[in-house]
Amino acid sequence: MQVEETKEFKPTIVAFCCNWCSYAGADLSGTNRLNYPANVKIIRVPCSCRVNPMFILRAFQRGADGVILCGCHPGDCHYTTGNYYARRRMTLLFSMLDFLGIEKERTRVEWVSAAEGAKFAATMNDFVATITKLGENRRLEDIRCKKQ
Amino acid sequence: MLKVSVDKINDLFRAIAATQKLYLPVDTNAGAQYREWSEGVTMSQALNTNRSAKDFFFPQTENLAEFKMEGKKIEVKPQVNEYEDYVVFGVRACDAASFAILDRVFLSEPVDTFYAHRREHGTIITLACNRPAETCFCTTFGVDPAVPGGDVSAWQKGEELYLEAQTEKGEKLLQAVAGALSQAESEDIEPVKAAIRVMMEKLPLAKLSLKGIEDQKMLDLFYSDKWNALSESCLGCGTCTFVCPTCQCYDVRDFDTGNGIQRFRCWDSCMYSDFTKMAHGNIRNSQMERFRQRFMHKLVYFPENNEGIYSCVGCGRCLAKCPIHMNIVKVIKTMGGTENE
Amino acid sequence: MQEAMIKRAKELLAEGTVNRVMGWQAGEFAYDITPTVFSSADELDKAFVYNDFCSANVSKYMIKESRKEGKILCFLKPCDSYSFNQLLAEHRIWRDNVYIIGIPSYGKVDVNKVRAKGVTGITGIHTDGPNVVVETIYGSETMVKMDVMEDRCLCCKSKKHMVYDELLGEEGEVLQSNRFEQVEALENMTPEERYEFWRSELSKCIRCNACRNVCPACTCENCVFDNPASGVANKAPSSDFEENMFHIIRAFHVAGRCTDCGECSRVCPQNIPLHLLNRKFIKDINELYGTYQAGEDKDARGPLTNFTVDDCEPSIVHHRRG
Repeated sequence: MQVEETKEFKPTIVAFCCNWCSYAGADLSGTNRLNYPANVKIIRVPCSCRVNPMFILRAFQRGADGVILCGCHPGDCHYTTGNYYARRRMTLLFSMLDFLGIEKERTRVEWVSAAEGAKFAATMNDFVATITKLGENRRLEDIRCKKQ
Repeated sequence: MLKVSVDKINDLFRAIAATQKLYLPVDTNAGAQYREWSEGVTMSQALNTNRSAKDFFFPQTENLAEFKMEGKKIEVKPQVNEYEDYVVFGVRACDAASFAILDRVFLSEPVDTFYAHRREHGTIITLACNRPAETCFCTTFGVDPAVPGGDVSAWQKGEELYLEAQTEKGEKLLQAVAGALSQAESEDIEPVKAAIRVMMEKLPLAKLSLKGIEDQKMLDLFYSDKWNALSESCLGCGTCTFVCPTCQCYDVRDFDTGNGIQRFRCWDSCMYSDFTKMAHGNIRNSQMERFRQRFMHKLVYFPENNEGIYSCVGCGRCLAKCPIHMNIVKVIKTMGGTENE
Repeated sequence: MQEAMIKRAKELLAEGTVNRVMGWQAGEFAYDITPTVFSSADELDKAFVYNDFCSANVSKYMIKESRKEGKILCFLKPCDSYSFNQLLAEHRIWRDNVYIIGIPSYGKVDVNKVRAKGVTGITGIHTDGPNVVVETIYGSETMVKMDVMEDRCLCCKSKKHMVYDELLGEEGEVLQSNRFEQVEALENMTPEERYEFWRSELSKCIRCNACRNVCPACTCENCVFDNPASGVANKAPSSDFEENMFHIIRAFHVAGRCTDCGECSRVCPQNIPLHLLNRKFIKDINELYGTYQAGEDKDARGPLTNFTVDDCEPSIVHHRRG
């Protein structure tokens, strides 16, 4: 008897989280025992503004299927205005990726405060579901990083 | 001497492609480029391809080896390529001449096996230049576009394409596709050759000569103050080196794939600021020094080490492509090349 | 115009206002013109040209030249003056060391377009009213100038000079141009079509860096792609990803500072329409953050070093179009 092997696609998600709000938000969701998938890899950054467009691209190169940037809500930035700059940058970058035909659902920005543990978990669950539906990142992959 | 009618040329291509891959210049939105022939692909009428034919033997990037690490064990996996026979059709005399220059670099000890294999498996069919361009100056380097070399040479005369084997490999190829060809006389193409030579005489660079450079001492040329003005507006890009059929410098680099190391080589350009970067720093820090290196190499150092053979074939690609139109012709003229009468 | 320019340059050299002149030097075949610094009246007489092939944007050279001893005379076409002004805004040029003469530009001719008409063996080209007469070793040919003009000149954004000390010829106007048409056409395609389009274009890249090195906005002392410590330095696109990354990052780095001079596409030896990436950023900036033209006002704050509290959210990309 043959058993058909179905390999479930588990996307790799990179989440850049600002140290002051979103990273704490992730912590809170943990202490509140809220679930979010283990394939979300968090990278802590001092501020959402620290995220260079290159970081996003490099995450895709190294095998990410989706990249999400989380920072303080506009107006709440620890450094006063960092996330305002990040907002413009990411808007333009995402628009450019879309212009190059790269699925726009693969990138996202969410503002998550330190008190929003539930929002963090919900956001991640939703993002993972979106990317799972979308499938593997093909258009921004580096083939050399994929072979085992 | 064999011939085929131009409107039946697809029969010839079909016959070649039946046993091996056939590449020929095809018009694209980036000028003429070598592409694999398949049914429906038509050959470009352009004088020459945008990129040179060196790509066939010396591709821009090429994997050399892979390393895997497990604990303290390192596994080295050399790159194993499978080489297939292939034919390149429509190579011009200048590019064909460049192969001999590349051979001197890659086939002398220690032999570059990657290059050697590609060279071995390729059969080159050259095509004489019926309509040379103003940027052509191959005759300066002793190339005769009326006798284009390669394994098989081809000439177009009106509606007929004449082919003649130049090497054993070429002979074999023509025998294999003999069904698509008919017999012809060698004298038939003499008028074509004569016409090409007349055209070459009329070209603006026909009289370009290196006599003035040959007569100078290497160090005088090296320390000449003319390099400053020549290199002043050089952008330091690598266009000239990458479109050049004889530029052969490369860099070996390691790429960390996350699960091992991929060692590869890629073209490098002496015009780049990190070209000669070593542990102690860089020996050529200004664009003038880099610029001088490129032309001294082609016109002085290379002939010094290779029985007077220059490392330029006069294809004219750098003349057409340089963003600021500084090129080897201007360098030759400024550094003392005279117009011989 | 050429005579007037040489005359004025000689005057300024003679009276000692400047000690060098940045201009264009004649080449071998009428179209291969090299940007050059002239330092004497003799040199000017011998080789200074200004014609329909002087398309190189000389403003970037002023970064280096303005740091040298004495003042330099620089002739700027309208589009070059935008780049120059932007460099002033970024404090890259020492303004006091440059004397600027604004010169008109009536659209430059693209020799590749002439060649694409099957013309080879070009020995001379000159403009004759609305036509271009090409002399070749195979005979002479006349073509309509509009047909062989550079693409960027066909959708010229402005004939007005943004910065100058004096003007030769008449000052032009900022034009209504249709330069975003191609970007719009791409936006209206499906993502799959766009992906195919850019893959076929960017896979032609040979990483000669001509686009980067010619760009007046690319003025980093050491580019991240040349810096071995950056982790992304590479000399050749060794994967599809690297082709994409180089061009996305390069375009992003000049976003908000690119004046749309079009040099990147002009110099690309593989004819990649790189200016479309920059134009996409310009168009987005105009639509999302208000019309902004880099190089127009040297005291203005660039759109990416600026913000308002009620800027749109990045999610706008998800529900805009398609």
